[in-house]
Amino acid sequence: MGLLALFRRSPPSAHVAKERLRIIVQQERSARGGGPDYLPLLRRELLEVIRKYVNVDPAAVQINVEREDGQEVLEFSVALPEKAR
Amino acid sequence: MTEIIVVTSGKGGVGKTTTSASIACGLARRGKKVAVIDFDIGLRNLDLIMGCERRVVYDFVNVIQGECTLKQALIKDKRLETLYVLAASQTRDKEALSPEGVRRVFDELTADGFDFIICDSPAGIEKGAHLAMYFADRAVVVVNPEVSSVRDSDRILGLLSAKTLRAEQGNGQVKEHLLLTRYSPKRVATGEMMSVGDVKEILGLDVVGVVPESTDVLAASNAGIPVILNEDSDVSRAYEDAVARLLGETVPLRFVDEPKKGFFARMFGG
Repeated sequence: MGLLALFRRSPPSAHVAKERLRIIVQQERSARGGGPDYLPLLRRELLEVIRKYVNVDPAAVQINVEREDGQEVLEFSVALPEKAR
Repeated sequence: MTEIIVVTSGKGGVGKTTTSASIACGLARRGKKVAVIDFDIGLRNLDLIMGCERRVVYDFVNVIQGECTLKQALIKDKRLETLYVLAASQTRDKEALSPEGVRRVFDELTADGFDFIICDSPAGIEKGAHLAMYFADRAVVVVNPEVSSVRDSDRILGLLSAKTLRAEQGNGQVKEHLLLTRYSPKRVATGEMMSVGDVKEILGLDVVGVVPESTDVLAASNAGIPVILNEDSDVSRAYEDAVARLLGETVPLRFVDEPKKGFFARMFGG
């Protein structure tokens, strides 16, 4: 690292990598790890319904099954686009 | 008792063969009787990394098909008394491997008093990779701190927990260990590379080793001398630590922090 590098900071990318992996790994685990096999289809159909009203990006739809204390929770979240009306 | 350890990753080029060779050497150097087996049928490479490529007469598939005895196919290492290499076949296709055949070879190694069988898995999730992990007691999952490698290794973790003999028989889990390779503490410090902690958190595995990025790895493969045998190298020390941890010793992690630089080094580069 030279003198100039002290003043030049490129945005660190490792935390972006970690966030992306956290989400995709969790999604893929719930898809295989005993998660109900209707999840991918459910996700597609929900996406189609939502798209009748709002034009959301497929990546904005998250669906997960989490297990806590013997309970299964189906978690579903949709991030609406900024100017959704 | 013979312990079967698969070295696997999903993604290619992350250091499975380098790791298999070094772990096998490290265990043998501690007096364990070790067989290291190349499961990459058609793409044999462990022999080159071990430096015994010109001594391969018979291979794994020859043994399985009954064309030679296991003794004839095992290549005795010239450096370490208790280390043996079983090369992959270069000519046959992957279908030549069968679960029964692999089991017979493992049973014979067990009867011969081997302490460890190290299975060097091919990349991917096809038959070779499946058979390499099928009989395993433990798995060393080799990962680069990089998105595609981490994702692929999670896929492998899924297979380890479902498609192994232990999983099928409900005979406990295959014990999984994370081994990070090509780790650059400097790039971790600047936020360009995921840290050990990051990868550990995503995959939820215990860390058996962190191997720093180094030119010594290429030099070792050029020479056909497993890198753990290069005593001057941090890579060797990192693998030595990993072997100790595999044997149940508690060893603090090294080579994960950037060496502190003095004021002048920071100002003027170095």
